[in-house]
Amino acid sequence: MHYIAPSRVNDFAFKLANVNGTGSASANGLVMQAIFRMGIPVCGKNLFPSNIQGLPTWYEIRVNKQGYAARAPEYDLMVAMNGQTYKRDIKEVRSGGYLMYDSSWPLDPDLLRDDIHYIGIPLAEMCTAQFGEPRERILMKNIAYAGALCAALDIDMDVVNALLDEKYSAKKALRDSNSKALQLGYQFAKQNFDCPLPFRLEKMDANSDKILIDGNTAAALGCVYAGATVAAWYPITPATSVMDAFKAFCEKYRKDPETGDNNYLILQAEDELAAIGMVIGASWNGARCFTSTAGPGISLMSELLGLAYYAEIPAVVIDVQRVGPSTGMPTRTQQADLLTCAYASHGDTKHILLFPANPNECFHMAIQAFDLAEQFQTPVLMLSDLDIGMNDWVVDRLRFNESYQPNRGRVLDSEALKKIPKFQRYNNEDENFVAARTLPGVDSKGSYFVRGSGHNKFGGYTEIPEEYQEVMDRLLKKHSASAKFVPPPVIEKREGARFGIIAIGGCDPAVKEAHDILTERGIPADYMRICGFPFPDSVEKFLEEHPFTFIVEQNRDAQLKALLTLETGIAKDKMKSLLFYSGFPLSASHVVDQILKEIA
Amino acid sequence: MPSITKPLATHPTAQRNQLGLTIRDYEGSMSTLCAGCGHDSITAAIVRALWEQSTPPHRIAKLSGIGCSSKTPTYFVNGAHGFNSAHGRMPAIAAGAIAANCDLTYIGVSGDGDSLSIGLGQLSHAIRRNLKMVYVIENNGVYGLTKGQFSASADLGSKSKRGEANRMAPIDPVRLGLSLGATFVARSFSGDKEQLVPILRAALSHRGFALIDVISPCVTFNDHNGSTKSYLHTRRYSRQLVESDFVPHADEIVADITSAGTTAVKMHDGSTVMFRSVPADYDPTDRAKVSAYLDQHQKDGQILTGLLYIDGESPDVHEMNRTSATPLRELDYSKLCPGSAALDALQEDYR
Repeated sequence: MHYIAPSRVNDFAFKLANVNGTGSASANGLVMQAIFRMGIPVCGKNLFPSNIQGLPTWYEIRVNKQGYAARAPEYDLMVAMNGQTYKRDIKEVRSGGYLMYDSSWPLDPDLLRDDIHYIGIPLAEMCTAQFGEPRERILMKNIAYAGALCAALDIDMDVVNALLDEKYSAKKALRDSNSKALQLGYQFAKQNFDCPLPFRLEKMDANSDKILIDGNTAAALGCVYAGATVAAWYPITPATSVMDAFKAFCEKYRKDPETGDNNYLILQAEDELAAIGMVIGASWNGARCFTSTAGPGISLMSELLGLAYYAEIPAVVIDVQRVGPSTGMPTRTQQADLLTCAYASHGDTKHILLFPANPNECFHMAIQAFDLAEQFQTPVLMLSDLDIGMNDWVVDRLRFNESYQPNRGRVLDSEALKKIPKFQRYNNEDENFVAARTLPGVDSKGSYFVRGSGHNKFGGYTEIPEEYQEVMDRLLKKHSASAKFVPPPVIEKREGARFGIIAIGGCDPAVKEAHDILTERGIPADYMRICGFPFPDSVEKFLEEHPFTFIVEQNRDAQLKALLTLETGIAKDKMKSLLFYSGFPLSASHVVDQILKEIA
Repeated sequence: MPSITKPLATHPTAQRNQLGLTIRDYEGSMSTLCAGCGHDSITAAIVRALWEQSTPPHRIAKLSGIGCSSKTPTYFVNGAHGFNSAHGRMPAIAAGAIAANCDLTYIGVSGDGDSLSIGLGQLSHAIRRNLKMVYVIENNGVYGLTKGQFSASADLGSKSKRGEANRMAPIDPVRLGLSLGATFVARSFSGDKEQLVPILRAALSHRGFALIDVISPCVTFNDHNGSTKSYLHTRRYSRQLVESDFVPHADEIVADITSAGTTAVKMHDGSTVMFRSVPADYDPTDRAKVSAYLDQHQKDGQILTGLLYIDGESPDVHEMNRTSATPLRELDYSKLCPGSAALDALQEDYR
C-alpha cells in the first residue's frame, strides 16, 4: 500500500546509497538544498552507520508539495552508488521505478529486475578521464551523479550553480571542478535518457518563510539566545553537533568586540559524570549553563541529576536520543530515554521534560528550558532525538521576541537580603512551592550549605523524619506546579472523531500525515502531541474525552504510555500502544497500517 | 573549627585582620568528627590562613565531596557559601563554579577515598584544567565513615586495625599531581600547623590548581601500630624537605633572597613564597628535578613535606580559554543575546 498521490510533480521520493566517508554528504546536501531553494517542501533523512569510512550509508529525500515531511514509504528512484548494497537497494525500488547506477562496471545480471528502469551513468569512467587526483575522482563522482539527478528530476541548474558559487566563493579551483563534474553527469543523462523522468520537480513558493536546519544547530542557537555562558559536555553521537554549533555561534556572537575575550566558556569534560557536575556548579554559581548528551550520558548523569533535584539547583540537559539499551545503535533514532529522564537518579526524583518535535521547537524549547530550570530551581531535560537533531528539516523561520528577558527565578541579592531577618534556603516558598536562593559571592547573610544529604527547610542537615519529609513533600508539589508552565500539548480535533491519537516529539510528521490519511478514509480521530512533562491537565482531559487512544512512540516498552499510566488517573486499557523502535524514523504508512489493523 | 561551643561575645583585645575581622569570624559550625581527628587541625589551619589572608568570607566558596573530610567545610567560615556535593564529584562542581565566576576564592576539601578512588578521574582533569582553586586532600589512608576499609593511599604493607596488610600499591597524590602537570604541589601533616598555614596562604595566592596532600591521621580506624598513616608513624618518618614562608604583597621582603639555599618565587598576585633550607639538588620550580628527588628519597619510607613544587606561570582555565575578565555570570543579558536582527541575518545561511 502506498500513499503517494497520483500526480508525479513534486511528489516522489528517492534514495541515495553511498559508501560512508566518500564525500557523498555534500552532493546529497546540494541536491536537498537545491530542491528547497526551488520553493518545494522537502525532507531529507540521513541513514548513516556508526563508522568513519567504508560502511554503507543512505540519504533519502522526499518531495511533497503538500508539505508532508515524514519518511517516504517507498522509493521512486534509487541512486545506487555502493556495490556492497546493490542487492538490497535494487529491491527497494517500487515497481515501475528507476535505478541510477555507475555503469563503469556492468551490473550483475542476477540483480536485474524487469519491472524497473535502469539509468546507467559511467561516473567513474568519466571522472577518471577528467580528473587527475584519486581523491578528487571519488569526490567528483558524487557531484556528477548530482548533475545526472538535475537532468532526471528537473532540478533548476541556476539554483545549483548559485549554491556552488556560494559554497566555493573563495575556492575557485574547487568551484571549477564541481561545475565540470556537474555538467558531466547532467549532459550524459540528458543525451542518453529520456529526461526528466515521469516524476519531477517544478518550482513552487512554499519556502519563502522557511529555513532548512537541523535540530542540534537550532538547539545550540536557543542556548545562545537564552544567554547560556557556560557549557559542559562529553562528545557523543548524536549530540556532538549541539556543542559544535554552540561553539561556532559563540565564536560569532560572543567575542567581546573590544577585548577579543570570550563571553562564554565551553568545558569538554572527562565524562558525562563531570559534564553534569560542571553544569550544576556553574548554575549554583549563577551562570546559565547546559550540557548536551545522549542516552549513555543520561545514565551517567543520573547520579548528579538527583543531587540537583534535591538541592534545587537549575540544570539544563539536551538529550538527543539514540537507540539503546547500552551502546545500542548510536546513529539510529529512538525515543527510549523517556522513563529514565522522567525519574533519573535513585530515591524519589522527578524532572521536568520538554519534547520538541522539530528544529524550530528545539530553538524555542531550549530557551524555555533555561527559564523553567531557573524558575523551578531544578533540572530540565529537553528530549530531542537523532532524527530531529541531525537531519535537515524544513521549518518555519526562527523568530525571536526582542522583548524576551530571561526568567532567572527567585534569587535574593544583597538588597533583598537586607529586608529579611534571616535567610532560610528552603523556606518561604512561593505559590509554585519554590523558595528563594542566593548566589555565592554576594552576601554573607545569604550564605548556606548546599547538600545532597538530608536537609530541613532551613538548609541544615537533618535526619529528623518530619523535617526530611517536609522538604520532600514540597519538592513533589513544586514538580506538579511546573505542569502549568511546560508547553501545553498541541491538539488537533476532527469532526466525528472516534478515538484519539497521542504522540510525542519526532513522531509528529508521520502522525500528522497519518491523521489526514485516516480522515480522508472516513476514520476521523483527534490528535494530541504531548510537549512537556509533568503533564498539563489538558493531557488527562484529552485521554478522558476519548473512549480509547493510540499512543504512538518510538521505543519497545511503551514508555510514554507507562508515564501516562503512572502520572494520570487514566486506566491502562484505554490506551493502545503503537510502537516503532527499529531505529529509523517513522513513515505515515507505519501508523496508518497499525491503526487500521487495530480497529478492524 | 570550634570543637567546643564558644561564647558569642568577642574579646575586645582579639586580633583583627585587614578587614577588621577576628579569627572567630572565619570559624564554622561545631565539628562532628571524632575527638583528635587530624581533619579538625586542618580545618583550624584553613581558618587561620583565610583570616590571615583577609579574604572576605562571602567571597569564599567551599566545596567538598563525600566522606569525613568532606564534612569539614561546614566547620569553617560560616559566612561563605558551601557545596557538599556527591562522592568524588567535587572537582566537576568546582570546575563549573569557577567557569561561572572567576573572582571568588575556591577551596575544595576532599579525602583519599573521595579523590583517589571514586574521584580520581575528576581530580586528574581538574589538575589538567588548572582550575584556580585550593584543593586539600585530607589523607588518612582509610575509609572512616564505613569503618576502616583501606583507601587507595594506604601504603604497601600498612596494616588495618584488624591486622590485615594492604597488598596494593598506593596512589600518591603528590606524584600524581606532578605527573599531570599540577602547578602547585605540597604535602603537609595535620599536626604541623606552622608548616601548613603558610602553604595554605601560598595556595590561596596561587593562580591555578593548588594541590595540598595533608597526612591526617584517623584516630578511630588508622592510628594503631602497623599503620603508616598514624600520628606516631607520620611524626617519626616525615621530614620537612623545604621550608617555605609566605610573604604577602604588602609586606616588604627582608630576607636575603640571594643567600645560599634560599629561593624566592613571586606569585601572580604580587606576594612571594620564600623557600629556605632547600637541599642542594632540589629546585621547587623544576618539575623534573622535584620528581626525581621524590623518587629517590621516598623509597625508604620517608614522608617528605613542604611546598614541593610551584609553577606560577602556566595559564589557568580562564587564560587557556581567554574568558572575559568580567565573571561570566555577571555579564548582562544584553551583552549575551545577539538579538532578532542577527537571527534574521543568520538564517540566510539556512536557506
